[in-house]
Amino acid sequence: MGVLIKKGAEASIYLEDWYGRKVIFKRRHPKRYRIPELDRTLQTQRTKHEPQMIHKAKKAGVPTPIIFMIDLKEATIIMEFVEGKQIKQILNNLTREERISLCRQIGKLVGKLHKNNIIHGDLTTSNMILTPYGNIVFIDFGLSELSMELEAKGVDLHLMKRALASTHYKYANECFNAIIDGYRKIMGDKTTKDVLNKIREIEKRGRYIAER
Amino acid sequence: MFSRNVLTFKSGLTYFDFMQEFQEGYCLGIESTADDFGVGIASFDGEILTNINDVYVPEKGGIHPREASRHHAMVADKVIAEAFRKAGIKPKEISVIAFSQGPGLGPCLRVGATAARALASYLNKPLVGVNHCLAHIEIGKMVSGAKDPVTLYVSGGNTIVAAFEAKRYRVFGETLDIAVGNCLDVFAREAGLRPEVNKPLGAIVEELAYRGKTFIPLPYTVKGMDLSFSGLLTAAVNLLREGRYSLEDICFSFQEIAFSMLTEITERALAHTEKPEVLLTGGVAANKRLQSMLKTMAEEHDARFCVVPKEYATDNGAMIAWTGILCYKCGITIPVEKSFVKLKWRLDEVEVPWVKP
Repeated sequence: MGVLIKKGAEASIYLEDWYGRKVIFKRRHPKRYRIPELDRTLQTQRTKHEPQMIHKAKKAGVPTPIIFMIDLKEATIIMEFVEGKQIKQILNNLTREERISLCRQIGKLVGKLHKNNIIHGDLTTSNMILTPYGNIVFIDFGLSELSMELEAKGVDLHLMKRALASTHYKYANECFNAIIDGYRKIMGDKTTKDVLNKIREIEKRGRYIAER
Repeated sequence: MFSRNVLTFKSGLTYFDFMQEFQEGYCLGIESTADDFGVGIASFDGEILTNINDVYVPEKGGIHPREASRHHAMVADKVIAEAFRKAGIKPKEISVIAFSQGPGLGPCLRVGATAARALASYLNKPLVGVNHCLAHIEIGKMVSGAKDPVTLYVSGGNTIVAAFEAKRYRVFGETLDIAVGNCLDVFAREAGLRPEVNKPLGAIVEELAYRGKTFIPLPYTVKGMDLSFSGLLTAAVNLLREGRYSLEDICFSFQEIAFSMLTEITERALAHTEKPEVLLTGGVAANKRLQSMLKTMAEEHDARFCVVPKEYATDNGAMIAWTGILCYKCGITIPVEKSFVKLKWRLDEVEVPWVKP
């Protein structure tokens, strides 16, 4: 086993040398808290599903890691190691202009996903990597799904908003607005408006909202 | 004589008196967000002198807000008098009155608020409006000794994963529709189960689940750190009606799915925040299967697992009293005329200056 670079909630990420290539082993660990039947079903489903969605995202024009191999038995995906920094690590240290332009870029990519009905499912700033070449690579499609529904797109962006509010609370609003700016460029005014209304509706559906 | 009131600080108390005042005293807390009417008295150094609860039990169906509030209004004076008697102190020895200001059912909240306002006005003591979810976390920290936990708060009305970050308890995940306790209750009622004395529906489902053997797949809905229970509820109720599986098996599968979802989002929050502890609280915290799942998960992350004892995990007055003290010590009080209840008061709207990062 190579170097453990991240022990996430869901899987462990190992950096490994694989036939002379720097690769990532994403190994979903079995969860002892779940009964084996449920755990195995979820493991297999998610291991199979993720590379499929990564491929679809790539087709949609969103940079994602290259998949080299899948090992269902070990619940492992072997994929390209993306050099760069997580957006989470850098977002708070940027100047306002840089931050806005980065968020617009993110918004465009999210727009491309949604235009192709790909719902990422875990849009947080830790799941986006800025490469030294200035590309933003989306990772962790573990919770992604295909959906044409406005609802799913709304929930997806609502999650993004929530992630910003919890990790980048100082800039949450301006970042989210910039993301929507970029999103609008891809999705158009009408759909963006619909999605925003949907987000408002989702937020109101939430349990503890000041104005209802 | 000076009354024990912050406002009188301006009118003649010395600084020493002022500090003294913050160190000694008692707080009476009134909880009435849902079906419980609870009164607790805590001392400023964190001793719970009394914690009395009177529960409204509906004849059928779930909590009817109006009926629950009637119950509260009927028992309020009795419970408050009992609290004073058990604590062995006189009303004038109380230095601050706290009440749960929200979130909760409007009619129920108003009964508690009215009682608290009356006491505060009559005794001429400061009033503190406490956020109910915050109180659950604070009492949990106090009784379990947790310092900086990721809290999973699961009850009939709430499903929240929260952790402290920059002045507030941030909500990392929550239910997008119904609370897990609500989901369990509705399912149990659909199955024709009835709550018994000291045995809520959740406990009955838990017992049945232990006898279940076959796992039946049901919708498992986790969206990022949020989750949804309505699909699970519908599917489980449909299974009941189908009659192909035993009730035990359905309860077993239902619990496994619901609690795995909860554990998964708690794990996500834990991995994200890298906190050293996991705290489980709320009415559903009494469930042994949920406890064991979270314990297993916490151990895998080298985090300490703390579960709040039942007395303080379900809705209670002591948690309001204790949180009232924390607020009061930081100078947070509310004038009676502004003490409206807040039905949808979010946990992350409240600053908690007493928690040090």
